[in-house]
Amino acid sequence: MAIVKRTPAAENSAPVVPSSTPSSKSKSNVVADFQSSLETTINSYFKTLTPRLKLIDLFLAFLVTVALIQFIFVIVVGNFPFNAFLAGFISTVGQFVLTVSLRLQSVNHKEFGISPERALGDYVFASLILHFIIYHFIN
Amino acid sequence: MSSYELSQGTVNNIQLFLKGLILILIAGAAISSRLFSVIRFESIIHEFDPWFNFRATKYLVSHSYYEFLNWFDDRTWYPLGRVTGGTLYPGLMVTSGTIWHALRKIGLPIDIRNVSVLLAPAFSGVTAYFTYLFTKEIKDSSAGLLAAAFMGIAPGYISRSVAGSYDNEAIAITLLMAAFYFWIKASKEGSVFWASWAAVFYFYMVSAWGGYVFITNLIPLHVFVLILMGRYNKKLYAAYSTWYAIGTLASMQIPFVGFLPIRSNDHMAALGVFGLIQIVAFGDYIRSQVPTNKFKSVLAVSVVLIIALGILGLVGLTYAGLIAPWTGRFYSLWDTNYAKIHIPIIASVSEHQPTAWPAFFFDTQFLIWLFPAGVYLLFQDLSNEGVFVIVYSVLCSYFAGVMVRLMLTLTPIICASAAIAISKLFDVYLDFSEYLQSKVVVQETSSEKAKEEISVTTKSKNHTVFGLISKLTVISTFAFYLYLFVYHCTWVTSIAYSSPSVVLSSRLPDGSQNIIDDYREAYYWLRMNTPEDAKILSWWDYGYQIGGMADRTTLVDNNTWNNTHIATVGKALSSSEEVSYEILKEHDVDYILIIFGGVLGFSGDDLNKYLWMIRIAEGIWPEEVKEKDFFTANGEYRVDDQATDVMKNSLLYKLSYHRFVDLFGGKQATDRVRNQKITKEPDLNIVEEAYTTENWLVRIYKVKDLDNAGRDLIQSSKFEKESIAGVKRRVQKRPELDLRE
Repeated sequence: MAIVKRTPAAENSAPVVPSSTPSSKSKSNVVADFQSSLETTINSYFKTLTPRLKLIDLFLAFLVTVALIQFIFVIVVGNFPFNAFLAGFISTVGQFVLTVSLRLQSVNHKEFGISPERALGDYVFASLILHFIIYHFIN
Repeated sequence: MSSYELSQGTVNNIQLFLKGLILILIAGAAISSRLFSVIRFESIIHEFDPWFNFRATKYLVSHSYYEFLNWFDDRTWYPLGRVTGGTLYPGLMVTSGTIWHALRKIGLPIDIRNVSVLLAPAFSGVTAYFTYLFTKEIKDSSAGLLAAAFMGIAPGYISRSVAGSYDNEAIAITLLMAAFYFWIKASKEGSVFWASWAAVFYFYMVSAWGGYVFITNLIPLHVFVLILMGRYNKKLYAAYSTWYAIGTLASMQIPFVGFLPIRSNDHMAALGVFGLIQIVAFGDYIRSQVPTNKFKSVLAVSVVLIIALGILGLVGLTYAGLIAPWTGRFYSLWDTNYAKIHIPIIASVSEHQPTAWPAFFFDTQFLIWLFPAGVYLLFQDLSNEGVFVIVYSVLCSYFAGVMVRLMLTLTPIICASAAIAISKLFDVYLDFSEYLQSKVVVQETSSEKAKEEISVTTKSKNHTVFGLISKLTVISTFAFYLYLFVYHCTWVTSIAYSSPSVVLSSRLPDGSQNIIDDYREAYYWLRMNTPEDAKILSWWDYGYQIGGMADRTTLVDNNTWNNTHIATVGKALSSSEEVSYEILKEHDVDYILIIFGGVLGFSGDDLNKYLWMIRIAEGIWPEEVKEKDFFTANGEYRVDDQATDVMKNSLLYKLSYHRFVDLFGGKQATDRVRNQKITKEPDLNIVEEAYTTENWLVRIYKVKDLDNAGRDLIQSSKFEKESIAGVKRRVQKRPELDLRE
């Protein structure tokens, strides 16, 4: 199923690329494309990084780490206080998506039509609600 | 005459004032049209479920909130009891409890009954306001005002929110509209703030009504459709992620919902879309960094892989038992015969029946044919909000066709899209500015018109008299339709939806009104004449009313959480006396209450619900109760002398027609509901008649105790009957005088 769908997708992309390779080679082409686009992304990421964004991204990395630790803990030790685990895990996930939203809003504030100050205010408001509920949920 | 040009600010102020005034008037109309029932009858709780909500509310205001949440109710589902606090949606009770406390704080002590009765009308005014806001986000404020007016008086919504209809839906529709409004606002602006509000109202909705699953699936579907249409943007990410993260977490705070949002399939779509939007957001970020042609191949690979993995994972987890499969009610939405075959208890509930087509017109009148027009207009300029309305209408039209009660969720969107259609029409046909403008140009006088924004440019003058006439014709036609709509709504509300169904009303031959109050008569009798711990057996429909009005213990009620227990009651009523008596004694039943409409001609009585009792009982004991035994050889459902023996010997039949023949005093006894003649008095042994109300609508029987002499009750009552008749037949046993050899 997955393979059948993959081939036409690669063929579709073939006419777009001017110097297209034959479709038999398309797989390796895809992988190469994938690698090169990853590299470009990472490079441009470091190029556009400001100290404020760095702070946000560090926080995001921290949240992912905490979520992973909790997840591993549950797999190894067991999920006995399930409420507590859920609350802890969801708090990291929730905070993560809120922070990503904040990051998107502060980078593209023209597209959103929301000033960075208001974005921060919204962020604090939503985080307060989130953590209030988590405090209630964690027992 | 000094200045004919009003400043923009003044116009805005006037508009604001008029809008406010119109909305207040709409709220007033919405509330007052729901008060028919209070005026006609009295301030009383209606129907069945509201009686439970009312009882729970009384418990809440007389106990603390924590006691309410931990409430174990031993007066229902005897002998099992019900963990009421953990199996109800507390939103409604908490709302009215809060209002009650608040009113007391400001020195207005109001009976909790009146708070409950008037809660639904009060909230309907709020619903109209949120419908205004919702439609305003989709088109403009004039469409919003129309939608609010429609919503205020549409019978489809009134049917569940008249005064006294103290049901979860009373506040749930308000919350539904509020949640949708905030969602539209959030997705339009990409604002975390509004998305949080959407989540908060979603939480309120979860706490109030099981129909919250509709929001849980509709919003992800909206997002999903937008992603498929290639309309993903960062605003959508911010709105959806925030709503889902906060909303899901919040919904798990309700004890009845618990961990369902991460376990049941009903909620998996939302989770799946949440995961998808994270990936799409990441992909979007990569796309902004790399050239398009490279990105396409990357995208194709990852999307196919992710979808395949997701579906596999979901199926795998369901099979492994980690995620509960879809619930029965969910299946019955897709396969209308599912419930009938597998779970008769769901199919037997009248509000789960498929909708009859005339009901659509009855409930929404001319809005129903404007509804597709509105949806079509939304297709014309397909905005993201328009997609939401379209998805909502398509889904809900289907659901409303399957289940009567879901008509309620369809009504708001019918009102909104019909209002969009009409306001679009009015935008074109009510625009007389061209004519006014020409006057200005021709007369060149400073008229006192408020239209200051008319630019005096000479357009092509194609506005002839005919143009004017056609405009006036269309406008007057629609004004007439609107008038008819208001007339229809008022008529439907007063005729069809304002009956409390606890109190019936009929017309005497001379046209005067006759109130039939048999239910309350019977419940009051129970309350006054039976011991406080008496157990009453009745069909589940009346469980909540007995609990609420008679305050006695019941075996089954409208909560229907335990199918087996209901089947037990069904078996007790549909078996012969010997079998029934054992069941009655096993469950400590003291009284049996049945509804009999044969004298009055009331068609919703127990004998007409009998087939459902038999079907439910047959589902558990297929060997002992058989539906086909109750039909005659011709397949007819008869209760007269052609009825089958099984029917004649069943307990409910006997309870219904006990002393029925005597009532007619020698004349032919006719059951007025089924139009069949009853000739023979059934032979009733295990119970004795305790009370029968004025119109024979409710009959209460006392279950006889075990016989003192150890005989079974059929023998003992035969003995008694014979002794009364004077044919006391003494069988004297003489000692046998066989000679010994």
